[in-house]
Parts: sequence; structure tokens; C-alpha cells
Amino acid sequence: MTMIEVKNLKKSFGQLEVLKDISVDIKESEVVCVIGASGSGKSTFLRCLNRLEDITGGRVSIDGDDITEKKADINKIRQEVGMVFQQFNLFPHKTVMENIILAPMKARGTSKEAAVKKAQELLAKVGLNDKADSYPNSLSGGQKQRVAIARALAMNPKIMLFDEPTSALDPEMVGDVLEVMKQLADEGMTMVVVTHEMGFAREVSDRVLFIDEGLIVEENEPNELFSNPRHERTQSFLSKIL
Amino acid sequence: MEVIIDALPYLWEGIQVTAYVFVIAIILGFIIGLIMALFRLSPLWILNWIAKVFIDAIRGTPILVQLFFFYFGLNSFDFISLDRTTAGIITVAINAGAYFAEIIRAGIQSMDKGQTEAARSLGLTGTQNMRYIILPQAFRRMLPTFTNQAIISLKDTSLLSVIGIADLTQQGQVVIAATFKAFEIWLVVGVMYFIMIYLLSLLSSYLERRFELR
Repeated sequence: MTMIEVKNLKKSFGQLEVLKDISVDIKESEVVCVIGASGSGKSTFLRCLNRLEDITGGRVSIDGDDITEKKADINKIRQEVGMVFQQFNLFPHKTVMENIILAPMKARGTSKEAAVKKAQELLAKVGLNDKADSYPNSLSGGQKQRVAIARALAMNPKIMLFDEPTSALDPEMVGDVLEVMKQLADEGMTMVVVTHEMGFAREVSDRVLFIDEGLIVEENEPNELFSNPRHERTQSFLSKIL
Repeated sequence: MEVIIDALPYLWEGIQVTAYVFVIAIILGFIIGLIMALFRLSPLWILNWIAKVFIDAIRGTPILVQLFFFYFGLNSFDFISLDRTTAGIITVAINAGAYFAEIIRAGIQSMDKGQTEAARSLGLTGTQNMRYIILPQAFRRMLPTFTNQAIISLKDTSLLSVIGIADLTQQGQVVIAATFKAFEIWLVVGVMYFIMIYLLSLLSSYLERRFELR
């Protein structure tokens, strides 16, 4: 079953055409990594999937709902699409627990007890059950990112988007976050991950998209793409980072 | 000394009027400021325009002229009858509102865009984002600037004496008219304003500590 359907997606910022023509289908439970140089449009692509960026042209459907339509209930659709940011974006004036239960209570109308119970499960899952009453600024980067993942998961989303989730972390923190993401992938979550972690892409993803200058230049299953890149631009990108 | 002690009951009445006018005006002013700030940030051009005209008009004219306009100007119409206190409160409230609007707008705009993106990506509406994420954080940052404006507004209430509101300044004048002790009375009146403003800044630093930025 197709979870995300992208057809001829175009995105411009003023005169600058960042996404030229992107079409891709992502199936339920599929884990797709998006790689490419900075400025290639990979983050913009991800941000178009939950309309954090207004879409200039083309179509994006999430679980059958066209999010580009004017009358689409974007808040409703976003409840199904969790997002994790490079800079975590936790709410600094709220405790870890409050960060996690806010959206389930306010957007979904979940009772406080149910939301807290779910949050405790999620915190245990990401290995932070002792941090419920801490404020974000007392946590390390890796802990913050795991709270951010728990916060997104608290909405029971069908899809999780990750925008360079480990790029702002100290090297020794990266492993914990990737471990949580790997576990999610194993549980069958549909995931789109913009990343520079080629090891993660290789090990966890079902498919890798290489984006360059606003186009998907090459896509393949990870082993094939990394060991046998067909396109010359993919080869040159990979040779620089591997 | 005796003059001062005799004057105290009169001045105390004045303090009460000043405090009453100030508290009501600052609360109204805050509400006006919040509404105008949200108008100013609204994508609807008409709301935007209303807020811009309001802020420019109030900031661009002296408060004394505004006071005369609301009290004498509006009262020159037969169908309007504003008493002094109401006209005075409206003037200080609207004046503070215009400045609050700009403080609040700047505070909201200084927030990291990532906060809004995180909130919206969770499915929270724009209003929920403002209410639970942006405003609580922005208000903490704005507290020192708010205090500044509140102090200015408190001092502005002394202008209301010119339309005959029996505030602290007016009561001081009344006492002096009867006693001719200008030096002592104005000194005492000054000290009383100073104490009120000092209490206000104590309240502000308490609030800042209470809602410490994390």
C-alpha cells in the first residue's frame, strides 16, 4: 500500500527553483533515506511532505489524502506525520513530560492520564524514563533528540520524517539516536530520513534516494546504490563522503 | 513636618485614584496591545492596516493631546458624555496599548521559527501554537520591556490632573493651594511616585524570577 505519493513536486523560493520535478511513491513500512549535498533540496523535499513548505507545483498525498488541495485539513494530516528536526525544537518552557503530552491532549483530545501513560511508555522506549520532569535545557543533545522522537511518536503517526536528526549531535551521542530509529524501522514504521549517516542508510533503509539540484538523480536499494552507483553525480558525491 | 502630616490623608486619596486609574488602564492597555500585535502579524491586510494606523497615530501624537481629544474633543458631541476618569483611563490605556503592541509583536517575531514548526508538525493549529508555545515564551522575554512601559504609563497618569482627576498630582496641587508649601509637598509627592514605581519594579523582578527563562 502506498503511504506517500509524490507526483511532479516543484518548489521555488522566489526565483530560486529548489525542487524541479520530484516523483516518488513510498510504501507502508518502507524506510527511505534521502542523501545529497547541502543545498540539493533534500530537506526542502522532506518539509514539503507535511507542508511545512508551501508547495509550488505538483501533488503530495499522504495515506490517500491530497495535502496540496486548498481544502485539505492540514492539521489533521500532520497529526499522522511525525517530524524530527536537526535542532530538536523541544519546547524549552515545558518539561519533557509536558513536551510529549501537549499535542495528544490539545490536538487529539486524549485524556491527561492516557497521554501520560503513553508518554511514560515512550520515554522507556527511548531510554529516558528518569527524565520526565527535567527541562529540555538540562539534557544532552542525544537525549533531546530522543525526547523529540518520543514527542512525535506520542501522536501515533503513520509516518515519521527525520530531517538530519543526528547532524547537530556530538559523535558519541549519534549511536543512541540511530538505535532508537532502527528499532522504529524494525517495528514497521514508515520512515523518510534525510541523513548523512551512510552507515545507517546502508543498514536500515529499504531504499536510498540521491537528490541533486532539485531532482532525484538515482534511487536504489542501499547496497546497490552505495557499491554500484550508476550515475556520475552519485559517484562523485559518494566518493567525497565515503 | 506638621504640614506634611496634615497633607497625608489628602495625598493618600490621590494615591488611591492614581493606583486605580493605572491598574485598570494597564490591564486594558495590555489587552489592546495583544490584539493589535496579533492584527499586525495577521496575514489579512485589513487587520494589519488597522493595527498599523492605530499604532502610528498613537505613537505619533502627544499623550496630552490625546487626553484633550478624548475628554474635550469627544465630549463636544451631544450624544457622547465621558466622565473625566473614563476619558483618563481610555487615554492611558490606548497609549500604553500602542507601545505594548510593538513590544509584543517584536517578542513574538524574535521566537525561533523551529518552535512554530515543531508545534505545527505535531498537528497543533496556529492558535494553539500561539497560546501554548509562542506567547508563554515570548511573554517571559518581554517582561523587562513591559515593566518599562508600565512605569512610563504610571507617570503618564499624572497628566490626568490637568482635566481635574483627583490623582496624586492633583491632590498635591490642592494641598499647596491651601498651604503654600510647594517645596515640601512636591518633594513628598515625588517620593510617593518613587515608592509606587519601586514597588512595580520589585513585582517585575519577582515575576522574572518566578518565570525564569529556561
